[in-house]
Amino acid sequence: MSIRHILLGLLAGGPSHGYDLKRRHDERFPEARPLAYGQVYTTLQRLVRDGLAEVEGTDSDGGPERTRYRSTEAGARELAEWAGQIAPPAPFVTNEIFAKVVVSILSGGDPDTYLRAQRAAHMARMRELTAVKTAKGADLATVLSADYALNHLDADLRWMTTTAARLTTLTAEVDSA
Amino acid sequence: MNTKGDITVPLLEGRGLVKAYGPTEALRGASVRLDAGEILAVTGTSGSGKSTLLHCLAGIAGPDEGSVSYGGERLDRLPEKRLSELRRTEFGVVFQFGQLIPELTAVDNVALPLLLAGLTRADAHTRAGEWLERFGVRGQAGLRPGEMSGGQAQRTALARALITGPKIVFADEPTGALDSLASEQVMTALVHTARESGTAVLLITHDAQVAAYADREVRMADGAVVPVGVTA
Repeated sequence: MSIRHILLGLLAGGPSHGYDLKRRHDERFPEARPLAYGQVYTTLQRLVRDGLAEVEGTDSDGGPERTRYRSTEAGARELAEWAGQIAPPAPFVTNEIFAKVVVSILSGGDPDTYLRAQRAAHMARMRELTAVKTAKGADLATVLSADYALNHLDADLRWMTTTAARLTTLTAEVDSA
Repeated sequence: MNTKGDITVPLLEGRGLVKAYGPTEALRGASVRLDAGEILAVTGTSGSGKSTLLHCLAGIAGPDEGSVSYGGERLDRLPEKRLSELRRTEFGVVFQFGQLIPELTAVDNVALPLLLAGLTRADAHTRAGEWLERFGVRGQAGLRPGEMSGGQAQRTALARALITGPKIVFADEPTGALDSLASEQVMTALVHTARESGTAVLLITHDAQVAAYADREVRMADGAVVPVGVTA
């Protein structure tokens, strides 16, 4: 995930302080891992160093002084280019569930019991996300992020179901050989 | 929740259900319970026995072995008249293709159970209009099923299933023919209404995203209920 491009995207709406950028990020991406302040400030400094953002001024509002940043023209171009680039579709298959099943088969473990427990955990998370997105007054960002997670969990589940069926077939083949 | 003495009795319970169609055993000892107001998803692959389980639990088909009890009373020991009354007033059923009557408009379809129960046409129509409103299809009240989208027809079918205030709605793949957005609207309408009215739902689905609307899931394989695994 490119934090610098997400910050540039948030700055496209107008100049902002690091604190506001963090808050707006967490609002726009409600089910994502919240941004750390340190990460926001480091990223902003790098954007300035690379000419993609610049300091517009400082405000204090009676409290500590806060630096206000804005995007530059180079920043806007960089953002447009990134937003239109395709994300590589699953270049590597490195999934913990997949790895555990393979290792379990190799070591004579019990992948079937593991898959059942994993499936139950996935379903429990899907019920939580469904409750979040169907709650009265849920905003669009919440619905979209819950949908994204639900579709990915659903894909995992379908893979787990097929794999469990294949394990049964495989065991039957071994037993009858 | 129904109680008999000190023991809590489930609203609906199937025990050791066996059902064969010719040489094919669709159910091989399936057991399941549904509590009052609970939304239960029954999942499993095609041919795992989900629909046959629903038919037995809803009293549409009798099991070859095992028993189905509603509020502690065995369905197979009820007189046919009482069973048919149960199916009409306390059970609501929705299938994959709503089974609306094609010649009737949406409002006439939804009013039908009330007319059969003896309400006047005016009263039945007023209440049917309110139920169409709850499911967001009041604007389609004058349309026949063929003139509605799949999602609108399913929401109309749900309104018809819920209008009599049943204790249980049996829904067999209610979103099976819908795209994901229409499916979401149907499920949200079903779950919100069921929770408001305290209606239990037995939801048959092969779709995990639909099952995620339920409070609990039981999974079927080869005609029996299998353990779903323990969440740590």
